[in-house]
Amino acid sequence: MKVLMFGWEFPPHITGGLGTACYGLTRGLARNGVEVKFVVPKAYGNEDQRFVRILNASDVEAVYQDSLTESIRNMVTFIHIDSNIVPYSSEEEFNELRREYTEEQLHKRSELWYQRYQFSGKYGANLMEEVMRYAVIGAQIAKDMEGEFDVIHAHDWLTYLAGIAAKEISGKPLVIHVHATEYDRTGENVNTNVFNIEKRGMDAADKVIAVSNLTRNIVINKYGIDPCKVVTVHNAVRFAENDKGRPERALDDKIVTFLGRITYQKGPEYFIEAAAKVLKQVPNVRFVMAGSGDMLNKMIRRVAKLGISDRFHFTGFLKGDEVNDMFALSDVYVMPSVSEPFGISPLEAMRSSVPVIISKQSGVAEVLKYAIKVDYWDVDALADAIYGLITYPALSKLFINKGQEEVMSLKWNNAAMKVVEVYNSVI
Amino acid sequence: MKTICLYFEVHQPLKLRKYRFFNMGRDVNYLDDHLNRAVVVKNAMRCYKPMNQLISRLIEKYDGKFKVSFSMTGSMIELLKHYVPDVLESFKVLAASENVEFFAETYSDSLVSLIDDGAFRRDVERQSRLIEKEFGVKPRTFRNTELIYSDHIGEVVADMGYTAMVTEGARHILGWRSPGYLYTNAENPGLNLLLRNSGLSDDIRYRFSDRSWSEWPLTAKKYIDHIEEDEHAGDIVNIFLDYETFGAYQPCESGIFDFVKYLPEEALKRPGIQFGTPQTVIKEYQPKAVLHVPYPISWTDEERDTTAWLGNELQEEAVSKLYALRDKVETLNDPGLNHVWDFLQSANHFYYMNTKWFTSMVGKESPYDSPYDAFINYMNVLSDFSRDVNNRYAKLMQKQSPKATAPAFA
Repeated sequence: MKVLMFGWEFPPHITGGLGTACYGLTRGLARNGVEVKFVVPKAYGNEDQRFVRILNASDVEAVYQDSLTESIRNMVTFIHIDSNIVPYSSEEEFNELRREYTEEQLHKRSELWYQRYQFSGKYGANLMEEVMRYAVIGAQIAKDMEGEFDVIHAHDWLTYLAGIAAKEISGKPLVIHVHATEYDRTGENVNTNVFNIEKRGMDAADKVIAVSNLTRNIVINKYGIDPCKVVTVHNAVRFAENDKGRPERALDDKIVTFLGRITYQKGPEYFIEAAAKVLKQVPNVRFVMAGSGDMLNKMIRRVAKLGISDRFHFTGFLKGDEVNDMFALSDVYVMPSVSEPFGISPLEAMRSSVPVIISKQSGVAEVLKYAIKVDYWDVDALADAIYGLITYPALSKLFINKGQEEVMSLKWNNAAMKVVEVYNSVI
Repeated sequence: MKTICLYFEVHQPLKLRKYRFFNMGRDVNYLDDHLNRAVVVKNAMRCYKPMNQLISRLIEKYDGKFKVSFSMTGSMIELLKHYVPDVLESFKVLAASENVEFFAETYSDSLVSLIDDGAFRRDVERQSRLIEKEFGVKPRTFRNTELIYSDHIGEVVADMGYTAMVTEGARHILGWRSPGYLYTNAENPGLNLLLRNSGLSDDIRYRFSDRSWSEWPLTAKKYIDHIEEDEHAGDIVNIFLDYETFGAYQPCESGIFDFVKYLPEEALKRPGIQFGTPQTVIKEYQPKAVLHVPYPISWTDEERDTTAWLGNELQEEAVSKLYALRDKVETLNDPGLNHVWDFLQSANHFYYMNTKWFTSMVGKESPYDSPYDAFINYMNVLSDFSRDVNNRYAKLMQKQSPKATAPAFA
């Protein structure tokens, strides 16, 4: 079976969980005999291509507008390009992007519809333009590769239009993969442009894959999609091939870690309130909030106000190896997300032998047995769980050992098998 | 007779290095040594050396009629000794001339006077002993960090035996009164207060090289004319400045050194003007009134209060966490710990955490991107220091009472 897949990022050039999930899934598909051609807006050339062929959309020549069908042209013009929405960005990143945008704005606008277009492939301020352009390229690729694929598979809203366009041109079935919805990113204040693209994608798709039942319910209830069309395939986690040496621990205290964007969606404030409660009981514990985001300064103030800043540390944004170092130094990992379609980081923590506490409002809670689950707003329960894991070695040992086993069983191979079933159902 | 009282503050705030959570428990070098050395060497070249030489020559030339005062922190003396010992020697030469007065202040430009009286006394005592050791004269005048003053602080200072203290002529305290007279502390009339004339001081500190200023270029003659003609200025004109004003904030090419060079000539030409130091002033003048300052004042911001250092929850948290360690650090009394303890108390760290608008003084710019970064970095250092202190304290307690830890049945 051959699949034409549209994504927005691919390791090592990733900003969130999307790229990691795409990589894991394509590896799993390759093991199941599926041949994947993966299109990204911008390829850097150092992507791991052992399991997948990467197509660089920036290299594709679109034979100007003539090749576009009427409906794609309508699609491309249906959204007025004015927004600065950025799905995964911290304040600093946003400012940086704003700067880039204003610098590039002038010539980009006119260049956009040239035959070959250099995508930034980021979540920039001219994201909407890039999404549109990506759709045009999607159509072109579908035409160029006629007969070379059986199914089209598009990941997240950024690529849905490309998927729809490819379907229009080729007549092949479309599967869209929902890693997150606009409701997860923004709560109830959805950006209607993004919502519309998501809804269009789901309507046009022959099957919709959701990363958790939580997300599946959102797709059904908020987007009004027929439940028969929506299938849950949980994400998995990949074990790194070469685990490099762990940093030695320099502190005697127990370390409890929060790692993620410091935004409303991730529930950082509940972590802080729980930390204050635990610190009242146990002196020999430190809390670390790693990451950056629009709520960071507010969180720093809260920690100061609670008077716990000598035991509550902020690291700022962590890169690559630093994330692994942080896991290696941790005794408990907490993910108190208010809304999390899946949430791959607890799996990474478990893989590093760190017991995890996750919110019941996360998709990953559906697949984990050996994780403590609490409601994100239940600060007392969260504090209790942290206290238990750092005070009773028997408990943490159990979670570490069983957690390792459990996380080992969450294989992309199995997830890919389910995806293949989905493909078979639409061909 | 009008007396011009020139006083210069010599202190370099030490900057912390970038100290992350991952450094905790591994690294105990908290300071950015490279930067701190570069700053002191640069200031020595641009300000301390040429200015000390100039003052020395002027004192000689006017045969004791030109007088100035200095206040130097203990940390600064350590820093000079370490990196530019010849500068310290040139200060000693000035001290020996008898026309230069050295004040007492806190050891490391700290806010301890706002925290605890006992610690404040011990800190000042240490500083005063060091001044006496280095410059051979026991200070009789006190200057607090950032000119912070209140009735209560004055009372403690008087009790320590000081006869004069310098502070800010804050408008909300003075009202219609002039800063140009001697005042006394509200609790103890034995302490004379000399108040900074902020207008005339800032003419040099901020406006000297400002070409859009109506008085530019400011010559010594023009400046002394102002002093002579200004009736509100009073009898005693207190010009208090950071020493780095000369050559660093106001660069050599602005003509600042020529300004200083001609200042005594212009002043002493006139029969009604002389130079003095706080100790000569209190012998010559009588205090005019009692000054009531129930809440602390300083020389910073439009409000002249202490909210630049203790105004938000970040600063309050950092200060309270720091001083919670005081008893343990004093009990341990370890030279290495004391050194860290000194520079962690320095007011500049808290200043960088302030979130007030428009609070950015020349020469005091924050090395951090935001007050939050300043807070995080400071707290990382403080947390690591606190870990060290607590560990050593626990060991010391164990040593002192070995029986208490032995099993009961042994």
